[in-house]
Amino acid sequence: MTAMVQAKGVHKFFGDLHVLKGVDLTVGRGEVCVILGPSGSGKSTLIRCINELEQISAGRMFVDGELMGLREVGGRLHRLNDQEIARQRAKIGMVFQRFNLFPHMTALENVMEAPRQVRRVPRADAERVARDQLARVGLSDRADHYPAQLSGGQQQRVAIARALAMEPELMLFDEPTSALDPELVGEVLGVMQELAASGMTMIVVTHEVGFAREVADQVVFMDDGVVVERGTPGKVIDAPQQQRTRDFFAKVL
Amino acid sequence: MRQPTPELIRARPVPRPSLWLWAGIVLVLVAMLVHGLLTNPNYRWDVVAQHLLDPRIISGLGWTLLLTVGAMALGITLAVTTAIMRMGTNPILRGVAWAYIWFFRGTPVYTQLVFWGLLPVLYPRLSLGIPFGPEWLEFSTQDVINAGVAAVLGLGLNEGAYLSEIVRSGLNSVDKGQWEAATALGMRRGTTLRRIVIPQAMRVIVPPTGNETISMLKTTSLVLAVPFSLELTFVTNAIGNKNFLPVPLLIVAAIYYLVVTSILMVGQHHLEAYYGRGFDTDQTTGGGGRPPKGMSKRQQAILAAGTVHADPNLEVTP
Ligand SMILES: Nc1ncnc2c1ncn2[C@@H]1O[C@H](COP(=O)(O)OP(=O)(O)O)[C@@H](O)[C@H]1O
Ligand SMILES: [Mg+2]
Repeated sequence: MTAMVQAKGVHKFFGDLHVLKGVDLTVGRGEVCVILGPSGSGKSTLIRCINELEQISAGRMFVDGELMGLREVGGRLHRLNDQEIARQRAKIGMVFQRFNLFPHMTALENVMEAPRQVRRVPRADAERVARDQLARVGLSDRADHYPAQLSGGQQQRVAIARALAMEPELMLFDEPTSALDPELVGEVLGVMQELAASGMTMIVVTHEVGFAREVADQVVFMDDGVVVERGTPGKVIDAPQQQRTRDFFAKVL
Repeated sequence: MRQPTPELIRARPVPRPSLWLWAGIVLVLVAMLVHGLLTNPNYRWDVVAQHLLDPRIISGLGWTLLLTVGAMALGITLAVTTAIMRMGTNPILRGVAWAYIWFFRGTPVYTQLVFWGLLPVLYPRLSLGIPFGPEWLEFSTQDVINAGVAAVLGLGLNEGAYLSEIVRSGLNSVDKGQWEAATALGMRRGTTLRRIVIPQAMRVIVPPTGNETISMLKTTSLVLAVPFSLELTFVTNAIGNKNFLPVPLLIVAAIYYLVVTSILMVGQHHLEAYYGRGFDTDQTTGGGGRPPKGMSKRQQAILAAGTVHADPNLEVTP
């Protein structure tokens, strides 16, 4: 069976800035992969390359065995058009550090929006799915609230429900708790932990080492655009082989 | 167990005698002004009353409204189109949009109106076809561009150039994260614009556009440059000059402009409320610190604690 995500020698340049310098990554189905690393090491860029919010400069990115953003015809590469890329993205959920809920829509409308507009699900069905997803993140009683009327933790849980409503095969999280007050971090991590337990494939960029230790199948340590070390949480966090990894955990633990 | 109700503070406010003094002075001045307006025989309120329902003037009002609606509809269409063109990646479309704004904002609207009026003289016949190639359709300019059409074209093209900048700043005011979230959900550019970005941009676009609409109501009087002679100002001036009583007829026109402006202001208020939904806890629009309706006690407590930011587009770390 193919892996859910496979990055092969991925490079990314922003102009002259070389941000990803040949990243290889394999995430199996149902696996939870936590990416750790210092700020500016390219973690966000890497997961944004997975759902093509950024175009990779070199290498290949496969999701569910499908080449992302490109098509190979007779040895030549062609870029996919907007519609094809949108279709590839629709099966990958993403949760952002700053939630990015749609502020002019209630929680329920936020969750219904993509199924309605992208998958053309009838209103009644979309609403049923949305209410289920809100219940799943424990926010049934907040369905009619606007984002501005929710706490940060509640907003992030709505954002998770919004991504899940598209029935993704893969969920990407970019520092989902970094913008939250400390007492609200737990409720979001709790929802993510339940999601992991339900068998969702997840790639999580976070600074929550405790979460990595408890939930991750694979921990990837990145620094300066390369994967320095990877393995089980026990190996990477508690018995790192590389000096850079040791220095990092000496600071954060 | 009930907690004992605390004794609420009932204190006298700080006395402010100067407040009452100023209020009194202003009220006296306003009363003098109103008295002067009503009793000065030169205003000829009897003539005003007599012409208020004059069918020629009502028809003039109708034309003024029609010109305003037509010009704003054309202007808004052009503004949204050119604003989106300027945000896109196609350099030719961007250039065309830029040139349009440059030209129509840079020349007087009066000159543009004269030009549209002269179009049938400058180009007696118009045709559709390929430049230097075959022509498919040809017609007389006079038949298509009469004075009314020329007036709407002139006002609308000019207005579109101004509104385009307003629309563009509105679109730019929407957080980049909104585009990313919609894109990540699989929405395409057009859907994202229509469902996510434009509704939020409207919060920024509506107030200045309301202003422009009110301004347009009165700018329509410039269409005498075309020349177009059926709208309110032209009609009232003509009647006033014929009667040798210009002042009361100016007042009649002013009354109608005021009435329509008041109605437009009510409409604008409702539009702003509609597009402000979800933003009503925003400090910049909320005002007064009174929690908005429909907010739970718990949420009020959360916000009052000040540990949560009410702004959903809050910048956190970059
Ligand atoms: N859109 C962009 N344009 C230019 N430089 C960028 C862009 N996005 C990220 N970078 C740069 O790429 C580097 C890696 O950023 P990022 O992937 O956000 O790191 P991390 O998420 O690990 O903190 C940083 O130096 C950052 O400034
Ligand atoms: Mg980051």
